[in-house]
This record gives sequence, structure tokens and C-alpha cells, in this order.
Amino acid sequence: MAGAAAPKVVRLEVQRNWCKGCGICVALCPKEVLKLDEFGKVTVAEPAACIGCGRCEDHCPDFVISVEVEEK
Amino acid sequence: MLNQVVSSLRQERLPHIWCPGCGNGIVLSALVKAIHELGCDPDKTVVVSGIGCSSRAAGYLDFNTLHTTHGRALAFATGIKLARPELTVFVLMGDGDATAIGGNHFIHAARRNIDLTAVIFNNSIYGMTGGQYSPLTPVQKRTTTAPYGHLERAFDIAELARGAGATYVARATTYHAGLLKNLIVAGARNKGFSVIEAITACPTAYGRRNKLGNGLQMLLWQRDHAVTVKQAAKMSPEELRDKIVIGELYRAEAPEFTATYEELVARLAQKEK
Ligand SMILES: Cc1ncc(C[n+]2csc(CCOP(=O)(O)OP(=O)(O)O)c2C)c(N)n1
Ligand code: SF4
Ligand code: SF4
Ligand code: SF4
Repeated sequence: MAGAAAPKVVRLEVQRNWCKGCGICVALCPKEVLKLDEFGKVTVAEPAACIGCGRCEDHCPDFVISVEVEEK
Repeated sequence: MLNQVVSSLRQERLPHIWCPGCGNGIVLSALVKAIHELGCDPDKTVVVSGIGCSSRAAGYLDFNTLHTTHGRALAFATGIKLARPELTVFVLMGDGDATAIGGNHFIHAARRNIDLTAVIFNNSIYGMTGGQYSPLTPVQKRTTTAPYGHLERAFDIAELARGAGATYVARATTYHAGLLKNLIVAGARNKGFSVIEAITACPTAYGRRNKLGNGLQMLLWQRDHAVTVKQAAKMSPEELRDKIVIGELYRAEAPEFTATYEELVARLAQKEK
């Protein structure tokens, strides 16, 4: 598929009980997908906006977030 | 991708002991991704660490791991590699562990050019014991043992490694986690002593005392102060003064210790026939 980006499916998984609420993922996400909930733990607020860049996964110090990108 | 990381962790031991926002977990994640990319057989992969917050990393990994004594990780790793040269051996150390109490093991492992991949978690401080200065604490920074600001100059780990004989030397920060992973991969592929310095945040024992903010703010500081080798080449020493140069810094060819040792063994065996 020359030119157009291949459509992709992104799966975000969160291991909430390991989250320490440092806010790194929330701040580094370019699409404001992630938020901290009322308990200060990460939550996926806008799943549809996720582009699968993996910045949250690479920078979470607690292995909480898993980003799986499937090319369709 | 992360599922891959988690699959190599001893999950029953999580969440880990590190403070919120501590960079050690980011380094550990990059290391596991590098090990997967290298395609290492977990049963032939060894991770050795010393003592310190960062050295706790070995305990979370589902490989052959050895959590040794303060400053002696390289001595144990040298023994493992000599006894079983077919194993891939990673050595995890804090900046204090590697360059203060373990400074002699560090320079002599480099001098021998033994095939080990050392990942040094440089958080500029002794994190585990509450924030005493290390040989990597920058001048004027505050620590529990330098309440008026630190007087001594800091080591440059990369220059130290290079001067002592390491054949692969690189540096990245936890902000540049992808680069860090790539450098660990390249270091492990080097047949000789490889040093990868990972600049990482200790918000609790270093950041707080120096008013550097939380883990996130310290991560953004890394982003704002890192320059690539290419950029650095065009900058003056003055411009580079508060910068961290990241990327592959040095590579060289030299005889590798376990290989020369095996050669000697083969030569002597031949003589006896
Ligand atoms: C022989 C010996 N001396 C001193 C100590 C106390 N001690 C434990 S960890 C540490 C320094 C930790 O600093 P670093 O190696 O930089 O690792 P970090 O905790 O910052 O990751 C010291 C001095 C010890 N455990 N053993
Ligand atoms: S993968 Fe990228 S876009 Fe998606 S949540 Fe993580 S940081 Fe945000
Ligand atoms: S980076 Fe990890 S630990 Fe920090 S808030 Fe996000 S999910 Fe939680
Ligand atoms: S004291 Fe520092 S190095 Fe140790 S776990 Fe806490 S933030 Fe990390």
C-alpha cells in the first residue's frame, strides 16, 4: 500500500494494581488517551484516540501499560 | 510488546519496591526488550547485580540471576563468564556500586576486555542508603553528606570505561528509552567489555533535595539536556557544560579475555598429547 498508512488496530492493556500514579504516561502521551482516576491510578480515558506510538509503555517505570499494534 | 517484558519478569514479586516515578523500572524494561531483540535463550542468559536500589532489578527478572555484594557484581560475573563462556552475561550496577566501592573491579574488567555487558544505572546518588553523594554526584549538588553542595568533581563513566580499555561505550537516558534498548543490543553484540550508562531519575533521594521535582519532571529534564553525538560534535565545551551526550560514544577492537584464555587451554592440551 504505497502512500497511505496501513490501517491498524491498537490494543491497550493496563495492569492497574501495579500503577503508582507517577503521571509519566499521562504527560508523555501525545493524544491525551490516559488519565489518572480519583484513586490516582491510570485509566484509559480516550481509547479511540490512541495511535499506538508506545511512549506510555516504554516510559512507565512499573510495567503497567501494554500497547499491541496489529496491522490489518 | 510489554506482554513480552512482563513474560520475562517474576510477576509474583510485582509491584516492585521502587518509588513512584523512579527511573529504574524504565531501564529494566529497556533491558528486557533488548534481551528479547537479541533472541537470547533465557536459560543461557545471566543477569548479575550488586547492591543498591538499581541492583534490585535482577530479582525481578526470570533469567539466571545473581544478586551479589556491594561493588562485586563484576567479580562474580567474571567468574561466571570464565567458567561458562557460552552464557550471555549482563551486569547491572548503580553508579555508586560500579564506580565507588566497585571502581577497581570496573576498571579491571574493562582492561581485560572480558565479554560482559554492563548497564550502569546512573542516578547521581546512593539511593538505597538515603542519598549520600557518589562519584557521579555533580559539583554543587546537595546530598545528605554534602548539605552545602558537593565539592568534588564527578567521574565521567564513559571516559573512565574508555580509558580503562572497554571496547564498547554508550550512554542514553530513560527519556530516550528506545535508544537505550538499541545501545544495550549493540553492547551485547560486542565481543568484549561493553558499558552502557543509563541516566535515570532518583526523585526521592536526589531530586527532592535538589528541588528537581518528581520523576516526571526529572524525565523531562533529561529530554531538555540530552544532545546526540552528532549534535555534540558541533558544540563548544562551554555549550556542552550542562549537557548529556547520548548515543554510541566509542568502539574498539581488542583481544577478548575468555577467548584468549580458551586459546591458552587449547594450546596446553595440544602440548600434552
Ligand atoms: C560493603 C558494603 N558497604 C556499604 C553498603 C551500604 N550500601 C548499600 S547500597 C549502597 C550504595 C547504593 O548506591 P548506588 O550503587 O549508586 O545504587 P542506587 O541505590 O542509587 O541504585 C551502599 C553504600 C553495603 N551494602 N555493603
Ligand atoms: S500508545 Fe501512544 S497514543 Fe496510545 S496511549 Fe500510549 S502514548 Fe498515548
Ligand atoms: S507511568 Fe505507569 S506507574 Fe506512572 S501513572 Fe502511568 S501507568 Fe501508572
Ligand atoms: S530511593 Fe531513589 S533510586 Fe531508590 S527506589 Fe526511590 S527513587 Fe529509586
